[in-house]
Amino acid sequence: MNVSINWLSALLDTELDPDDVAHRLAMLGAPVEAIEPVHQDLGDIIVAEVERVEQHPDADRLSLCHVNDGTQVIEVVCGARNVEAGKKYPYAAVGTVLPGGFKLKARKIRGVQSNGMLCSANELELGTDADGILELDTDAAAGTPLLQALPIGDYCLDVEVTPNRPDLLCHKGVARDLGAVLQRPVKLPPIPGAAGDAHPPVQAEKRGVVGGVEVILEDVEGCPRYMAAVIEGVTVGPSPDWLQIRVRSIGQRPINNVVDATNYILFELSQPMHAFDRSKLGGSKIIIRRGGDGEKLTTLDDEDRTLDASMTAICDADRATAIGGIIGGRDSEVSDETADVVLECAYFDPKRIRTTRTALKMSTEASYRFERGTDLQGMADALRRAVQLIIAVAGGSEPGPSIDVYPNAVKTPAIFLRPERVAHLLGVEVPQKEIEGYLTSLGFSVGPKNGRLAVHVPGWRPDVTREEDLIEEIARLRGYDSFPTEMRPLRPSTVPSDGVQAVESRIRRVFTGLGLNEARTLSLGPTQGENAQAVLNPLSTEEGFLRTDLVTGLIRSVERNWALRERNVRLFEIGSVFKHRGEGEMPLEERRLAGLVSGARRPPHWSDGGKSVDFDRWDVKSLFEEAVHAVRARGTVVEEGGRWVLRDHKGETRGWADELDADSPAWAAPLFGFELDALAKPQPRPEFEALPGTPPVERDIALLLPPDVTAAQVEEIVAARGGKLLESMHLFDEFRGKDVGGRSVAWRLVFRSPDRTLRDKDVDAVLSKILKELKEQLGVERRAS
Amino acid sequence: MSEASPNDQLEAVARTITELHEADADRLAQLKVELLGRKGGRLTLVLRSLPTLTPEDRRDIGRRANVLKREAEEAVAAREKELRGVSKSRVDADLTMPGRGAWRGAIHPVTGVIDEICEIFRELGFSRVTGPEVETEDYNFTKLNIPLDHPAADMQDTFYLSPGVLLRTHTSPVQARVMERHKPPIRIVVPGMVYRRDAFDASHSPAFSQIEGLVVDEGVTFVEFKAAIDFFAKRFFSADTAVRFRPSFFPFTEPSAEVEVQCQICKGDGCGTCQRTGFLEIMGAGMVHPAVLENCGIDPERYSGYAFGMGPDRITMLRYGIPDIRMLFENDMRFLRQFGE
Repeated sequence: MNVSINWLSALLDTELDPDDVAHRLAMLGAPVEAIEPVHQDLGDIIVAEVERVEQHPDADRLSLCHVNDGTQVIEVVCGARNVEAGKKYPYAAVGTVLPGGFKLKARKIRGVQSNGMLCSANELELGTDADGILELDTDAAAGTPLLQALPIGDYCLDVEVTPNRPDLLCHKGVARDLGAVLQRPVKLPPIPGAAGDAHPPVQAEKRGVVGGVEVILEDVEGCPRYMAAVIEGVTVGPSPDWLQIRVRSIGQRPINNVVDATNYILFELSQPMHAFDRSKLGGSKIIIRRGGDGEKLTTLDDEDRTLDASMTAICDADRATAIGGIIGGRDSEVSDETADVVLECAYFDPKRIRTTRTALKMSTEASYRFERGTDLQGMADALRRAVQLIIAVAGGSEPGPSIDVYPNAVKTPAIFLRPERVAHLLGVEVPQKEIEGYLTSLGFSVGPKNGRLAVHVPGWRPDVTREEDLIEEIARLRGYDSFPTEMRPLRPSTVPSDGVQAVESRIRRVFTGLGLNEARTLSLGPTQGENAQAVLNPLSTEEGFLRTDLVTGLIRSVERNWALRERNVRLFEIGSVFKHRGEGEMPLEERRLAGLVSGARRPPHWSDGGKSVDFDRWDVKSLFEEAVHAVRARGTVVEEGGRWVLRDHKGETRGWADELDADSPAWAAPLFGFELDALAKPQPRPEFEALPGTPPVERDIALLLPPDVTAAQVEEIVAARGGKLLESMHLFDEFRGKDVGGRSVAWRLVFRSPDRTLRDKDVDAVLSKILKELKEQLGVERRAS
Repeated sequence: MSEASPNDQLEAVARTITELHEADADRLAQLKVELLGRKGGRLTLVLRSLPTLTPEDRRDIGRRANVLKREAEEAVAAREKELRGVSKSRVDADLTMPGRGAWRGAIHPVTGVIDEICEIFRELGFSRVTGPEVETEDYNFTKLNIPLDHPAADMQDTFYLSPGVLLRTHTSPVQARVMERHKPPIRIVVPGMVYRRDAFDASHSPAFSQIEGLVVDEGVTFVEFKAAIDFFAKRFFSADTAVRFRPSFFPFTEPSAEVEVQCQICKGDGCGTCQRTGFLEIMGAGMVHPAVLENCGIDPERYSGYAFGMGPDRITMLRYGIPDIRMLFENDMRFLRQFGE
């Protein structure tokens, strides 16, 4: 919302400083995004009087003007045809910097010295008129700064208005909040040239007549209140300067006096108005009804719109002429030929407006305000002021009173405010007098009732509906910073911390310790297969699906690092993945961990002889096992189809580790990765076992494994036959060669009994059982040493 | 040797012991056996011969032999340790050469900030919980007093997965989930990813993290709310950081506040980052709206509370001066490794 400082100053009848206003508004909840100076760059321009105009001796189209700048008479060459002796114009002396940064110099024009310049509206950015210089209709003496003679120097504030405060979408509303803290009343400034008051409206139930136009309100739900006035005999033309200046000060373009007047009311009072040309209303009727399905209308912006029954249409006897609360129709628009105007001042239901403008995919100044809620109680005043304004700037008169079709007058109930509730929520006792003062200054009416305050909410504050809303107003006006910051005793939370968070912290500790960096990838991307969950309204198809795994995004990150010539990449990510589960079902969402490594296993060291010792598959297997351990996942890591998977107790696969394909440059090392989807529940804490008091017995066994026998198969038998005495086994060597007939694998077995010292023969007995079983089951022999 | 008197033998042993200090590894092993060997060690033999001596000699020789034995053992151990500690290469090693390193990993800077924030609130008794990223309109909007037919719902542009099902636009739905399951006193912080339909650019990401906070108990006031947030801001930034509370609007809080801290870049003088205001917005907050309490089955006459939400991504960017939010998702190793411990 653009707010003019001059406009606010007029409403509060005081000089305002833009920085101070910006600060106060911020502390009232409407921060100012930017302060734009308006015409403040015209400070050097003065009002000058042309005393004499001569023909330029050497150029037909130029004249030589003798210009009085208040202290002396200066010769200025001028190319404008409209220059006349005895009139006043804006004058830029030599050395002045014009808007746009151009610095004036004295220069010879066709042999005659020109000292400075008489300026056009265009040169001063006061309008688009570049045909002639700007004639000033002013009493100001020559030499007066232009900004003193014309009230155009202003500041435009870009105020951020939250959706609950439609009242701040106009100058009166902003002035009201500001006035409450400045302790100044808001008064609408008199309209220049306005004479007399408008007629008070005539009340009507469902229909009535105004200036020969019959108004029929059918869609009461969409339009609970419809007012209209008629002004006959207007002359449509440019607005007077003061109105153009106001309209321009907030970045709007003046159009004509009638449109500018309705815009002025919009930005002054936040009441959207619409002006129809009476002669273009078929059958002299205005019917407010629901749109017909498929009904067509060409709107002011030259778009063809299709209506439906959810919308409110403003119609004449034959067809729709406007979409209520959104935009007018082209055919009934006020034009230069318009003589009689029908002025609409209505309240449209916010929810219906929201549906309509969503369906039409458009938003206008009017719809923006109606959607947030306009002032149902302030309409009569707004219409009266609009009529006055139009008559003042465009002439004409009201043939009779305006009409107010308001079938079910809304009466908002009082809100009861308990002073003790104020203290209860805010933590500070606010005296009742102070409470009343704050609320009254905002336009609430307050009366005490049984120890409480009965508060009536003005129509412009639809956001205030309950006691807490009033308490916020009190806190807001008192100033949030006025409340102390004081710790009070607290009781601990009944909500236990989430175990998943602890697991994730542990994973981060483990994997950063292992030298991996935590990564973060976007969970939106291109589809990852048929169980990918689609987004209904994606930004692009490239981001149209939710990820089903983490590793795909991480591979892209590795490739990115490769593109930056980084060979050593070690990343892990903890994040959510999603799967589509079928229509009508919530997608599956689960937390996962994935890691990728490529490049040197550790920072290259000179003792490596210049060779990079790179990560290999045994590293990723170990990282995977670390991950399984870190999350205390139940299950075992087993080989399956050339990679490793985590198999849980139900036989489900809960993760994998493997070498990965990627778009890798020739110099890149192989890429390995893993992904684990079992970050569900934290497992019970480890159990303590008493430390053994007996010595271990170690045996190294080297075994010859036939080609299709795996280490895991061997270990399974060793574990089973080793029984309780086998404390641990550790595979420590593999040897392949002809002299061992294929493959020899060596384990160190540690035996121990918790309650006695094992003797060699005890261990030998177990070992021979193991070896016997290995031979029988797998054909594995002990290697002769 | 057996002809020499025990005294002479001990003299000789004492001389040999001095040699131990200079011996190289081979000689040391040899001398160790020669002196202390269990079968033929010189000291072993002396000690073994004690029963054949006169009582006086026995005591005298025995004592000296034991002293020398301990000396010899200590000298052997000391020399062994010396030799072990310095391998053969010691002699010509250039100790200025770099040591063998290990990769050092780093947690993501945003994770670091989230952990730090949650830690600070833990000191104020907040537990740390999470909630789903896929939510229903009911939890994301309706229960939080955001009617779908009100412009307030437009404050957050939403990704929908199916009618009524969406990617949460804030962590606030967890407020409702927790209030429905737990009785006050409730004090929680909720970190997590949220989604908004914003194109990926220097200052927007369609996904980013957020931390929600919620307190509900008897007698919780605006004063306590301000104190908690002020405590957090001063702990997280610095003890002299000015904190400012501005009125604002969030449908699920009343009164609502925008919390600002003194700009960390210009220290309040006004600069480009703070749009010359000297302050930076760090969170939206306020007293929990009674309608939200009612929606979650909590009596607003008895209980009150406060809630807040902040963006760790933005705070991370502010803290480190990171210019582009996309850097937080690119996983450039040169970037990530800067945030190691």
